[in-house]
Amino acid sequence: MKDTELLAKQIRIHALKMTSQGGSSHIGSAFSMADIIAVLYGGAMKVDPLDPRAADRDRFLLSKGHAGAAVYAALAERGFFPVEKLSTHYQDGSDLSGHVSHKGIPGVEFSTGSLGHGLPVAAGMAKAARLKGEQHRVFALLSDGECDEGSNWEAILFAAHHQLNNLVCIIDYNKIQSLAPVAETLALEPFVDKWISFGWHVIEVDGHDHQQLKDSFLPHANSTNKPLCVLAHTTKGKGVSFMEDTVLWHYRTARDEEFNAALAELEKSA
Amino acid sequence: MRDQFIERLSEMAESDPRVMLVTGDLGFGVLNDYRRRFPSQFINAGVAEQNMTGMATGLAMEGFIVYTYSIANFTFMRCLEQIRNDAAYHEANVNVVSIGGGFSYGALGMSHHATEDLAIMRALPGLTVVSPCDNWETMEAAQALAATPGPSYLRLDKSTAGETNYPGEVFELGKARRLREGTDLTIAACGGIVDEVLQAADQLREQGIRCRVLSVHTIKPLDTAALVSAAQETGGLLTVEEHNIVGGLGSAIAETLLDSGVFVNRFRRIGLADRYSSIVGSQGYLRSKYEMDRHAIIAAVKDLLNGAAIKKAA
Repeated sequence: MKDTELLAKQIRIHALKMTSQGGSSHIGSAFSMADIIAVLYGGAMKVDPLDPRAADRDRFLLSKGHAGAAVYAALAERGFFPVEKLSTHYQDGSDLSGHVSHKGIPGVEFSTGSLGHGLPVAAGMAKAARLKGEQHRVFALLSDGECDEGSNWEAILFAAHHQLNNLVCIIDYNKIQSLAPVAETLALEPFVDKWISFGWHVIEVDGHDHQQLKDSFLPHANSTNKPLCVLAHTTKGKGVSFMEDTVLWHYRTARDEEFNAALAELEKSA
Repeated sequence: MRDQFIERLSEMAESDPRVMLVTGDLGFGVLNDYRRRFPSQFINAGVAEQNMTGMATGLAMEGFIVYTYSIANFTFMRCLEQIRNDAAYHEANVNVVSIGGGFSYGALGMSHHATEDLAIMRALPGLTVVSPCDNWETMEAAQALAATPGPSYLRLDKSTAGETNYPGEVFELGKARRLREGTDLTIAACGGIVDEVLQAADQLREQGIRCRVLSVHTIKPLDTAALVSAAQETGGLLTVEEHNIVGGLGSAIAETLLDSGVFVNRFRRIGLADRYSSIVGSQGYLRSKYEMDRHAIIAAVKDLLNGAAIKKAA
């Protein structure tokens, strides 16, 4: 198993334990982006657990903050804070909130939880880097349902207008949102065409294929002067057969037999 | 106030490359000189206030001192969540500048009447909320806010109270300024409507009634000490603001006095009586229409001094 694949497996196992123990939700959302997070924190992004605020670090903003468990897990596995801390997630008095928070958590760039906030802030950070002549990149990870928010489209216009090719917007396109499939809620298709017509460079990938993800995150993957959208086709609940591609596991907490079955599947995955 | 704000901001931009002005596509003519002189310290975010504020937060988190700029409610209301979750929670130096407090754009209609901004902004933890009464306070506040941690709200007004400062006066955020001395009553006010307050106080003085006048330019943090001593030394307060009566300066003062254990027999708030105005008109006309001009202030002072502690419900 490659390093990033092992990391993805660890992220899924942590996220399952964290959400089950906390009685919290969004395990399906955490699973769908676990491979993306693993590739980013497994080497695609320049980050240093020993110097989390290094000026030349790449910035990562989880805009779909409800899947924060996956980011906490990745940061812990990468050594930003002790893995043991993950067990406090969602518990009384913890600073590991259900939606991702930066306060007291080394490595978390930005707190979210209300959708549609990450990309505008990321665009501002990318603009700042450009103005200051800095070379790092800014990554924002959005859900598909989140693209209903108008604020994103304001930022999409802004980033293209300002030619922020140091900005990477990743869409976790699992095609299921809170109550129903995206296509039945507020259709996004033709989604690629929308990004292109808004002036972005688009790379479509299988969001569970680590090589495709790695390639799309290479600095030279975007040789244009446009911001980059990595449209990652994913499966909600990826990694646990009975969670995959269901609306139910957006909110449901795995307990007892479901938890044991899910954990067993994840642990034996290669 | 708007022109003085830009003037001071230009001086700041010249000496500090971190100063950044972000407009929501407003400021025609007014911003031309700034834009020409500091092209890399100016962004027109377009008519997109949510992105303007989120993006401004991103800039501020990377070290810029950002001023977002638009008129009336546009700077803070559509993008309130961006101010709360992005700028305030991340303690970003985003200074939200609203041109057109109160009825400054009175003739443009209800959408442009900024009459709930102080209440809404002061409810957000971590914000400094300022409503200057004149050009001097505007310039000093604009600069002082750059050095204040976290975000702020700066409410600018079309009207001003003229030149209220004395030579050598030092401006301090959070410190009310005493514009008139008196012991009969205190009138505490903020914004350009302080002009009406000063006219009222001067007319009252001719009639032998001497009111202390406080310009409470900083609504948050509030100058509790000045208000408590005003209550104790003058026996009561009249508050005046071009703002809804709910949640603004008057409410803040009432809260802080009670929290301090100070009880006054004479207290009244002048403001817009918890309503929207479908009537349009100049700032002066609307102040008169809604009984917050100098005549209303004089009447309220006399009423309070005649022992009427509580205004009858309308």
